[in-house]
Amino acid sequence: MLNYLWAFMILAGILWAVPGGNVAAVAQGVLGAAGEAVSLCVTMLGVISLWTGILKVGEKAGLIDWLAGKMTPVLRFLFPGIPEGHPANRFIAVNMIANILGLGWAATPAGLKAMEELAGLEEERREQSKNAVPPAAASREMCTFLIINISSLQLIPVNMIAYRTQYGSRSPAAIVGPAIAATAVSTAVAVLFCRLMERKDRSGR
Amino acid sequence: MMKLLLYLSDCMLPFMIFYIVGFGLLMKRPVYDDFVEGAKEGARTVLGIMPTLVGLMTGVGVLRTSGLLEFLVGRMDGWLEKVGFPPQLLPAALVKLFSSSAATGLALDIFKEYGPDSRLGLTVSIMLSCTETVFYTMSIYFMSVKVKRTRYTLPGALLATGAGIAASIWLGNYIGL
Repeated sequence: MLNYLWAFMILAGILWAVPGGNVAAVAQGVLGAAGEAVSLCVTMLGVISLWTGILKVGEKAGLIDWLAGKMTPVLRFLFPGIPEGHPANRFIAVNMIANILGLGWAATPAGLKAMEELAGLEEERREQSKNAVPPAAASREMCTFLIINISSLQLIPVNMIAYRTQYGSRSPAAIVGPAIAATAVSTAVAVLFCRLMERKDRSGR
Repeated sequence: MMKLLLYLSDCMLPFMIFYIVGFGLLMKRPVYDDFVEGAKEGARTVLGIMPTLVGLMTGVGVLRTSGLLEFLVGRMDGWLEKVGFPPQLLPAALVKLFSSSAATGLALDIFKEYGPDSRLGLTVSIMLSCTETVFYTMSIYFMSVKVKRTRYTLPGALLATGAGIAASIWLGNYIGL
């Protein structure tokens, strides 16, 4: 995907520059952009190292596991169809907590395990012919899990703060509150949508 | 309400650092050693994405200096403004559905052009912070369990993303005054 996107930017841009007489500007722009990327990384080195360091402290102290344990009521509400004590619960909880903290690398492996467990759960349902979806189709829980995941759960957008610092923002962290509010809106819409679809889904079968 | 939001912004980072370090100490962890270990990983991550950033910022640079970006955005002016969507932010919003780093490249361009504290700069910051790469995420998660019929996942994900974008525009206008 990115291969085409990047090729399009470069090729279409250069082609467009020729009739517009902007070739010289493009030449300058290319060299400028490359240098700028490096200076951006220097700023990010500071902010990101600080943050990954802090999060490592939390991770080693068992913060993810501790918080994941607190997620039970949320999971019962979002996924009433997953039996209590099913391993999917744990993986989903870890994935969500890691996303909330902005630990992308911890979120994805747990998320993939959760999908695997959800696939297993649906397989069991098929065997017991308890209104399950056909194979190769997403189960209700998978849809809910992914929609909520994609609605974004991150509390502190550290990368964005680093970028804003680099470009001379007067208060780089000013967007944290609004970003949490916007994330709350998108997640609320996601939860509402999943609820509605689940109801429709159940009555349709 | 807005004051509260901005106050929350300022408190969030120090509070979280306080909470995490305090938690680590309570758990009797060597917190500074843990911190250094994590910071090393972070530094490695940043150096790892440097080539990506060079590539993408070059791509966006070409797109902008050639005048193509301006042309594309200019095509969409009319009807976007009618619904209150800043046309300059459309490329970043669309690209974010596929690739986070490419969207970042476009956001940095907005910072450069209008400044990170401008209305557009604030809006794009919030927008990219409250959305995910819809198509990328769906493809890795569903591919891992060989699901082909994704049913209502895509409409739901797009609806949530749309709601996030709408909220960002509103919030960006509000605090950008």
